[in-house]
Parts: sequence; C-alpha cells; structure tokens
Amino acid sequence: MSSSAASTARPVRAKQRPGDRVFSGGALAAGSLILAVLAAVAAFLVLQSIPAFTTPADEVAILAGETFWTYVWPLVFGTLWSAALALLMAVPLAIGIALFISHYAPRRLAQGLGYIIDLLAAVPSIVFGLWGGNVLAPAVQPFYTWATENFGWIPFFAGPASGTGRTILTASIVLAVMVLPIITALTREVFLQTPVLHEEAALALGSTRWEMIRMTVLPFGRPGIISASMLGLGRALGETIAVATVLSSTGAVTFALFTSDNPSTIAANIALSFPEAYGVNVDVLIATGLILFAITLVVNSIARYIVSRRSAFSGAN
Amino acid sequence: MKFERCARGAIVAVAGALLLSSCAVNERDLGDGSGSDLSGTIVGSGSSAQQAAQEVWVAGFQSDNPDVTVEYDPAGSGAGRDTFTAGGSGFAGTDRAFDDEEVAADEFASCVPGRGIIELPTFISPIAVIFNLDGIESLNLDAATIAGIFKGTITQWDDEAIAAQNERTDLPSTPITAVHRADDSGTTENFTDYLHAAAPQIWDAEPGGEWPYEGGEAAPQTSGVVDAVRNGTGTVGYADASRAGDLGVVSVKVGGEYVPYSSEAAAAIVDVSPFVEGRTKGDLAIEIDRASAEAGVYPIVLISYLVGCQEYRSTEQAELAKAYFGYVISDEAQAAAEEAAGIAPISLTLYERAAVAVESIR
Repeated sequence: MSSSAASTARPVRAKQRPGDRVFSGGALAAGSLILAVLAAVAAFLVLQSIPAFTTPADEVAILAGETFWTYVWPLVFGTLWSAALALLMAVPLAIGIALFISHYAPRRLAQGLGYIIDLLAAVPSIVFGLWGGNVLAPAVQPFYTWATENFGWIPFFAGPASGTGRTILTASIVLAVMVLPIITALTREVFLQTPVLHEEAALALGSTRWEMIRMTVLPFGRPGIISASMLGLGRALGETIAVATVLSSTGAVTFALFTSDNPSTIAANIALSFPEAYGVNVDVLIATGLILFAITLVVNSIARYIVSRRSAFSGAN
Repeated sequence: MKFERCARGAIVAVAGALLLSSCAVNERDLGDGSGSDLSGTIVGSGSSAQQAAQEVWVAGFQSDNPDVTVEYDPAGSGAGRDTFTAGGSGFAGTDRAFDDEEVAADEFASCVPGRGIIELPTFISPIAVIFNLDGIESLNLDAATIAGIFKGTITQWDDEAIAAQNERTDLPSTPITAVHRADDSGTTENFTDYLHAAAPQIWDAEPGGEWPYEGGEAAPQTSGVVDAVRNGTGTVGYADASRAGDLGVVSVKVGGEYVPYSSEAAAAIVDVSPFVEGRTKGDLAIEIDRASAEAGVYPIVLISYLVGCQEYRSTEQAELAKAYFGYVISDEAQAAAEEAAGIAPISLTLYERAAVAVESIR
C-alpha cells in the first residue's frame, strides 16, 4: 500500500540513457546554432548600418543628395514586384508539374521527371543570369515590341519596348525558372502524402480524377503549397547575380513590363554598387541589406500565420 | 617611330646613369634580373580598370626584380584613393586625379608633408561608342548627337540629326536603345565628362561615375554592356575600345573631321591637353581638353593615374615606388599593357615629363 501511495506522489521519470542525453543535447545544439547564426547576421547588419542612418545624407556620395528612404524605396519596390511576378508564374506551373508527377504520370516517367526538376535547382544562378541575358532576352524581345505596339494602352504593356529584352518581366521569368524546382519538389512530396483513403473515397463516390484532386489532394496540400511558395519567394527576394546580369535597372518605379526603365532589386543593387563603394557608401548598402532582411522576415511571418490559420480546415484531420 | 624608341632609350640610359637607380638599368636588362639589388614589398590599390595592365606590369617588374613583391588590389578608384591617403598602400591607381582640395589638404599618411604627390597618367584607354545595326559598320556622329542619343532625346536611327551626318548610309527606322553601365564606373565618368564638355547645352548633368539620367538601358560591367549591345537590336553603348570586337563603331566629330578611335588618336588628345594648374612638377594631373578641335585626336579616353608620394617617409618604399613607376612608364611595359589591356601607350612628350617626375621621387 505504501509503495502505491509513493508512486502517485512522485511522477514516474523515464530512465535516462547516455545515448538519449547525447542525442537531445545534439538536437538542442543544432537548433540553437541556427538561431545564433541568424542573430550574428542580424547584429552585423544592424551595427554596420548605423552610420548610414546617422551620417547626413549630403555627405554620402551614393545617395546623391537624397535621403536614405528615397534611395531605398525604388529598390524595395523592385524587389517585391519582381518576386511577385516570378511567383505568379512559378506557383501554378509548379503545382501542375507536381500533380502530374504525383497523380498523372506513369511511375517511371514521374521518377525521371522528378530528377530533372531537381537538377534545375543545382544550376548556378550566374548561369541562369547569362542564359537570361544572352538567350532568353533576345528571344522574347520581338514579342515585347509586338505587345507594346498592339496593347500599349494597358499600363503594364506601355512602350517603348526595350531593344534588348532585358526587362523586369525577363528577370522575373528567370527567377520563376529558378524557384520552380524548390516549389515543385516540396509540393510533390506534400501531394504524395494525401491519405490514400481520402482519394479512394472520392473516387468511390464517382469523382473523376480531377474532381478527386480538387476534393482531397489540393485541400490537404494547401499549407504545403503556401510553405513551398514562401521558400520560393525567399529565394526570389534574395536572388542577386541572376537579376544583376539580366535586368536593365535604372531606378524607375513603374509597373511597365517591357521597357528599358526598370527598378533594381536590393540584392542586385548591392552586388552592382559594392565593388566601387567605400566609406559610408558601404554602410548604406549594408543598410539596404538590413531592409531586405526585415522584408523577408515580415513576408515569412505572414506566410506562417496563413499556414497556421488554414491548417484547421485543410482536410488533413 | 624608330627615332622615338632610340630617344626614349637614351633618356632612360642617361637617367639611369645619373642616379644609379636600379630601375632604369633593370628596364634595359630585358628580363634578366641578376643585376637587381632591390628587395621588399610595395602594395598598391585602386582602379579596377587598371587591373589587366597592372597584372602585366607586376609580372614584368617582378621578373626583372625577383626579390621585390608588388601587390595590386583592384578595389576600385575611390577605395584606392582612401587607402593611399590613410597610408595603407604605397601607391594608388585611380581613374581620376586627386582634386585641388585633396592635394591642398595634404593629408597623405605615407608622404612627407609639404612635398605633395606624384601623379602619372600611365593608363590611357580609348572608349568606343559601339552599336548594333545590321550591315552598318561605322557611323559619323558629333558630340551633340551622341549626347542626344544617350539622353534619350533622339529615339530613332533615321533621325535627321544622324542622317545628316551619314548621307551615304541607309539608316533603318529602328528605335534606339542606348545601353549604359548599371554600376559605378570610371568609364561612365569619362564618357559623361566628354559629353558634358563637348555638348553642354544637351548634356546638362555633371559628369560622374553613376549614370545621371533616368531612362535608357542599364547593364552591369563592360561585358554586360557589350553583350547587351551585341544581343539587342538598334542598340548603342560605350565600352573600353579593346572590347568593341566586331560591333559597329562611331567616328567622333573633332573640329571638322570624324575620327575613329585608335591608340595614336587617344594618346594625342593627352598631348594637346593642358596639365592641371597649380600643381607640383611631379603631379601630372591632366585636364583633358574634351572639346578640342585639334586634327587627329580622339576625345573619349579614360585616363587612369598611378599615384605615389613625392617624398616617402620610408626610403625603402621610395626606392620601390621609383623603380616600379619607372618600369610602368617604359616602352616595354606600355607595349605589354597595350597588348594585354588595349591601352594607348603614352607619347614621347608625356614620357619625358613622367621620367623627370619619377626621378624626383625621394
């Protein structure tokens, strides 16, 4: 009797083996390490950008007499605009490819296709940049000219068309190609996780394959699609050298897709301006990096919020 | 030409004999470094435009002087000037000379105060205006037309301003896409300096390394501009002349005639240009006369300087700088850089001034 009373008074503790301790310690270290690295980057950005905010704007050559915020605004706009265009193109395409691989293609073809998509992720971004500038841009330029001549009244298609095709739309296409493998690979994995019972139930009720996908796979995969898109967006926001190589950036804030006048992106602007920058100019560039860091953080938090809000209705439960 | 070479050799020999400085003697050693007693390390930093030339010069100089190490960091002109001023380097490479205020402030940490600096225009490189139009290899344009094209006021290739200067050429009605540098660059600074000096009514922006106007197409680095011009249609840009390749090239109107770029014409503009006034004898900063009407000069050139102290605080640095500068201005070094980087070798007149300046380094 006394022994049972003692056992209710004290909770039972699991026996700790050395292996358990090593593993949990290792996992904790890995988890904290990533936080430490992130904190170090954030600290570097903040410390280095302080002079950019404290130095009077007219003493900084790169600002050309303007304030920091008027300098960074077109860059922020260009970063968000090009990344949004890229996602607009990449997400539907990625979902299509992922569905094809997971639910339509014969198994052997699906495997081969999966490998090829993953291979795209391994191509260095400078190669994408050179391809975009030297192959894609001249190829789409005639279409740009045609579109501005015939649909110039639509603000997006306003002329005059760039003679080289190195516009924000071309840069976004390159970005879309670059984020495609990330989004495809993740959504494919998520779609494959759809409970087979759900799918079979839908089919048993007489749905076609498309109706089955609409009723079971897509609702189940929605949080996954959003997470995958956010990872892709992160890459599109931060992509540097491909944008710097492809985009003709003149600092204009415009929604026109086909002209030579395009806003630059934060990352590309840092890459282009850094080699000749010195003194406080470097700090200003790093401060723009801090802005990009903040934007990415905000965008990711929004995505997290959407995922957590939607998960209750995802059909996964 | 032959006479020039002899004369140059003679000057070198005299200078060498007079000062018993190993630089001038070594220069005639032609790679056999056994006679050199120099040793040590000298660090330079600055202009990235000079990088290719500096590599050739460093290699040539070090094979003549095996115990000497020359390091050149192509960090950019602005960074190079800052590093030199702060005393972090023994010499600087810069796409513009130090201005009057900087020289007057006299805050060069490696130099003895009050003696000033040496500035040598050792890197003279023509900038070509390149274009891509089917079947047209060259066009004649004056400064005002070039300024209009790059500013965006002339938008068609068959514009009257262009057609009037090219009566025998059949110009298409293609729209013009003018490509400029997306990054801060000495090429842009010199190009806009030309436009501002030769066509000030149209080009009203102050010259600078960053493109002053909105509009036009931007591409990164020289290769980006050249690729954009090559792959586009109706494109025009400006780039280091050595990179023009098979693209169409503009002959620029100087005085009454149209001059295509060439090494001789580029070196000639430097000879007809005055030195900046009020500088010391060794400070060969040049006020390029972009609006010159002299026959046979090509006004769109980039001049990059080699900058050192008139009198170094350290004697070792002084000897190394003197030897290296002496090598760089030599016939051999200038010819090697012409091959490697497409620079225009300095003329005999300029060489004589530069040789005197180098010999005065203490």
